[in-house]
Amino acid sequence: MKDGVSQPVIEAKGVNLVFQTADGPVQALKDVNLTVNRGDFVSFIGPSGCGKTTFLRAIAALEHPTGGTLTVNGMSPDEARRKRAYGYVFQAAGLYPWRTIAGNIRLPLEIMGFSKAEQDERTERVLDLVELKGFGKKFPWQLSGGMQQRASIARALAFDADILLMDEPFGALDEIVRDRLNEEVLKLWARTGKTIGFVTHSIPEAVYLSTKIVVMSPRPGRITDVIDSPLPKDRPLDIRDSREFIEIAHRVREGLRAGHHED
Amino acid sequence: MTALWLAIGFWLAAWAVNVWLAGSRLSRTGPGRALVPLLFGATVLVLWEGLVRGLGVAPVILPAPSVIAAKIAVELPTLWQDFAQTILKGAIPGFLIGAGAAFLTAIAIDRSPFLQRGLLPVGNFVAALPIVGLAPILVMWFGFDWQSKAAVVVVMVFFPILVNMVAGLQASERMQRDLMATWGASYWQGLFKLRLPAAMPFLFNGLKIASTLALIGAIVAEFFGSPVYGMGFRISTEVGRLGLDMVWATIAVAALAGSAFYGLITLIERGVTFWHPSQRH
Repeated sequence: MKDGVSQPVIEAKGVNLVFQTADGPVQALKDVNLTVNRGDFVSFIGPSGCGKTTFLRAIAALEHPTGGTLTVNGMSPDEARRKRAYGYVFQAAGLYPWRTIAGNIRLPLEIMGFSKAEQDERTERVLDLVELKGFGKKFPWQLSGGMQQRASIARALAFDADILLMDEPFGALDEIVRDRLNEEVLKLWARTGKTIGFVTHSIPEAVYLSTKIVVMSPRPGRITDVIDSPLPKDRPLDIRDSREFIEIAHRVREGLRAGHHED
Repeated sequence: MTALWLAIGFWLAAWAVNVWLAGSRLSRTGPGRALVPLLFGATVLVLWEGLVRGLGVAPVILPAPSVIAAKIAVELPTLWQDFAQTILKGAIPGFLIGAGAAFLTAIAIDRSPFLQRGLLPVGNFVAALPIVGLAPILVMWFGFDWQSKAAVVVVMVFFPILVNMVAGLQASERMQRDLMATWGASYWQGLFKLRLPAAMPFLFNGLKIASTLALIGAIVAEFFGSPVYGMGFRISTEVGRLGLDMVWATIAVAALAGSAFYGLITLIERGVTFWHPSQRH
């Protein structure tokens, strides 16, 4: 990640996505244009139904746009997925209960054909990274929700994809755990220099974490504002009381409200 | 008449002991927990013995447990031969073949929507055929020996296992499947690492239901032709000769074999699906 040199990792040009449902077509994304550069921390924020999750899933090739172009590392999302370009963290941990924590983290490595020794080495490293050292032999259901979610982040990190996509990863956790995990995600981002796409509906979370905040609004899902955050990269938790922070949060709130009025 | 009163006395005493056991600290220990059903079983036998003796019930209507036990002791070689023929050669191979076929068919059905529409109704149709109609036909096809019994068992166990396994293969959560997709997993990787493990609780439900069906199928099929041994053959001929003690002895063997078979499957299930909420202790 070199300053001033922008390398686009994700590029969306006029992306449309229409779901065919039993009640007729639903426009989930309308004319979405966005460029995400290497090393960006991008948050997608908006009310439910604004297409933020759909857009993230489209980047991961879990949904397919019905119009426009979407490229990841200059490839189609499907190609990028086959090249294992991203780790995806879902709203719930989604750990496989028949595997231990270490076994879960090893699973993508097994699928991608890493050697046994490398599987062990990488599993140890990411367990350490998310501060779950010593919990590798536990089963998911023996751990708290916060620890499970940390394990799922470790799993997404294990194969060292350049892009980390997180869909409301801490949505189901309480405020205190959430604060701590947000701090950890920032540290992780600083240490690894990954490009992170992060879906949330919490304004403070979005402002605290991001270098770029994408404000979206529903029916049809579209981008109403893109805010490049002036906050420094090093962010202690109490930055949330600073004036810049409050100003950005205010702008995000305005953007959300504006989108709402257009309904 | 004294036998009857003695039996009722034993019943009341055992009842009191069980009530005391259930309330005492002993009921939380392993042996204590085993003692309650054992005592209950013993009570049933004693009461049965007392009633039959005390009321002078004809042996054709209901032989006393002691008579049945004596018969089992005397006829052990015959009972073993019947057991080997019906359970070891008929029920178990039929169960294994039927379960294996259902397992593979479920995967084929899961892989192809065409088969799902075509094979499931056919399976359903075969399962709806009455066993008493099917068994004579299969005996004609496969002969009197154990092969035709195994075939009946295959037909009987196939469908319940198939239906459960097909449901099981769809039991993984969408998020878990999406994860596989983001890792670029192939169909077979997804099958072996996610969908088969997730299907195991369903598979074992099917296997447990099928285990009792296998026993019924193997025994009933012998009513329609068999060599001069086998549990079904024994029951039908001994009924004809009013040898009800031998019928009861055979039933006792069938009950023991069925419980052991079911218990074995449950034991394997506990090992395989230890992670499932129904198995976590």
